[in-house]
Amino acid sequence: MANKIGRVPVREQDPKVRATNFEEVCYGYNVEEAMLEATRCLHCKNPRCVGACPVGIQIPEFIAKVKDGDFAAAAAVIAEDSSLPAICGRVCPQETQCEGSCILGIKGESVAIGKLERFVADWTREQGQAPAASVAPSNGKKVAIIGSGPSGLACAADLAKLGYDVTIFEALHRPGGVLEYGIPEFRLPKDKVVAAEIEAVKALGVKIELDVIIGRTVTIDSLMDEEGFEAVFVGSGAGLPRFMGIPGENANGVFSANEFLTRNNLMKAFRPDYLTPIHAGRQCVVVGGGNVAMDAARTALRLGAETTIVYRRTEVELPARKEEVHHAHEEGVEFKMLTNPVEVLADEKGWVRAVKCIRMELGEPDASGRRSPIPVEGSEFEIPCDTVIMALGTSPNPLIARTTDGLETNRRGCLVADEHGATTRPGVFAGGDAVTGAATVILAMGAGRKAAAAIHEYLSEK
Amino acid sequence: MYKIIQKEMLTPNICRMVVEAPRLAAAAKPGQFLIVRADEKGERIPLTISDFDVEKGTVTIVTQPIGASTQDIVAFEEGESFADVVGPLGNPSEFIEMSPEQLAASHFIFIAGGVGTAPVYPQAKWLHAHGAKVDVIIGAKTASLLIYKEEMAAVCDHLHLCTDDGSEGFHGMVTALLEKLVNDGNQYTQAVAIGPMIMMKFTTLTAKKLGLPIVVSLNTLMVDGTGMCGACRVTVAGKTRFACVEGPEFNGYDVDFDEAMRRQGQYRAEETEARENHVCRIGRGK
Repeated sequence: MANKIGRVPVREQDPKVRATNFEEVCYGYNVEEAMLEATRCLHCKNPRCVGACPVGIQIPEFIAKVKDGDFAAAAAVIAEDSSLPAICGRVCPQETQCEGSCILGIKGESVAIGKLERFVADWTREQGQAPAASVAPSNGKKVAIIGSGPSGLACAADLAKLGYDVTIFEALHRPGGVLEYGIPEFRLPKDKVVAAEIEAVKALGVKIELDVIIGRTVTIDSLMDEEGFEAVFVGSGAGLPRFMGIPGENANGVFSANEFLTRNNLMKAFRPDYLTPIHAGRQCVVVGGGNVAMDAARTALRLGAETTIVYRRTEVELPARKEEVHHAHEEGVEFKMLTNPVEVLADEKGWVRAVKCIRMELGEPDASGRRSPIPVEGSEFEIPCDTVIMALGTSPNPLIARTTDGLETNRRGCLVADEHGATTRPGVFAGGDAVTGAATVILAMGAGRKAAAAIHEYLSEK
Repeated sequence: MYKIIQKEMLTPNICRMVVEAPRLAAAAKPGQFLIVRADEKGERIPLTISDFDVEKGTVTIVTQPIGASTQDIVAFEEGESFADVVGPLGNPSEFIEMSPEQLAASHFIFIAGGVGTAPVYPQAKWLHAHGAKVDVIIGAKTASLLIYKEEMAAVCDHLHLCTDDGSEGFHGMVTALLEKLVNDGNQYTQAVAIGPMIMMKFTTLTAKKLGLPIVVSLNTLMVDGTGMCGACRVTVAGKTRFACVEGPEFNGYDVDFDEAMRRQGQYRAEETEARENHVCRIGRGK
């Protein structure tokens, strides 16, 4: 019989304190808390949580090991399906995946699966007991992975375990993709967590070559024709930032969330000893409602700006993780819902002085069932600010498709790939944001794993 | 990787370095640029490629220190290595797609300003080698700041020098010299201007007045240089374009130079602060 206790709360940094630093918000469970929370799992015969996990982690099985206090064994269970548990435990949208389908969540609170996963990964890493994965003997076949983000790392790890000679090509100077440039330190520590999990992937034999831009430095064709790679996985990520197309958007002080976050995270602009500048201003308006908008807003806040998020629908429709919205509120980010910018107003020197917005209301549900926002005529008003950050998603970078023979894209410019990740060119597979458009870390990892299986099948038959 | 094979000062302030970057050297084409990150804490600095040698696996960069990060770059010595050199970035110059007939029928006039002279060199060299007629104007404030005189003379038909103070060559701005050359009867088919934004703006205005088509190479702010950040956005023919992936070369007539200049100064306050407080770490055990 399962324990009838409530979900064990997780300790966090005080909101007032953390609003001024970049230390991690959530401290995670300690041993006692984790073992107590693990007793809440019902060990369902048909665990719905596993089916809801994009990489299919054997959740009840690892939780049982946590309950027994055998954390190394728990880590080994997770390692069968995920190479990045400390990352996923922190950034997965658990409320719509594993935890969202937990039976306990129907009447009460679901098991804190994400926090348990994170605990297992952190504990084993800190104790030097991370599971040693078994790697098959080398089969001598070379596979190239484009991009060292979540999809590329997941694909590379699976292929390396199967005995392939895997090289990841990364355009930036640090591996990790969005884990490195996009998600801030206070949500995902770079050296402690990201670098450590990438080291674990490298320990499988995966090589990472930095500063190589596919489509510029080398091409997929040259990798396959001249460098002997028999298959390629494209996990090149999200691409070019979108802007609204409203007047004044190129005023000084208007940034894409990608630029703002890359300066802060990859280039470490928040640290005085790094040279890259960042401009958060005194009053910052962030446009958008996804995780990236929350990250940008909370970063601007930490850099000293009074920060407001404007979003055209209501808080219920915010696509961001609930925890991030909650944390943003706690830290003092202001939320202006049902609000949409129509113009960026600049001063005589060309710097932002305000955003002119219009109030919105939700109309009838459209074909997708979502109530679409409609502008309220004559309701324009100004929000004074000196910085605007556009967090509106991205459109695919055309570089790889343009420089690779036989690689098709769809109407939106995303690479065309089937459910296994196979593109229109034999031997070239793809997954993650490059195929789906902006999505989540875990969906990208799932796509990377599927493609790894498909590449294995393709090269085994070849 | 990214070892500095050779370093020389072209002027007291402008530095030329030959850097090991084999993959980059093998792929580079005229018109493209690269990004250097001197060390772990440095910025990613976009620099033009002023030459590349496929066999030796090297690229040549020419740098004029203007901020803390460029000061750090020029502080590196022969034998030391940069943390990162990545590229080639941006699109190659459109002329590399021209047919031999088109090239033979064309007469290019390059207008190079200051450190912008360096990226003109591989373009002139390529065109000269492929049968086009090439004239080059190099402009600087004063004679001691003129760079690439001998190198350029070897890869063009006519080299014209000009200085603002008249200490060497034509006395005056590049725009006045361009106008004079056209009025003297030179029939150019294409102008290319590379230099400070303000110089490209006025050269474009002059070219327009003369009815001469002109391409400019925009040195905008950038972070990643691969299309991810959008810092480099410029308005070209009324549309927002990303200089890193859609440029860096654009039709000069279409560029909103005033906006581009304003956007270039976006981090000036932060940069000034960094420069004033900057203590160079290079060579101090980092």
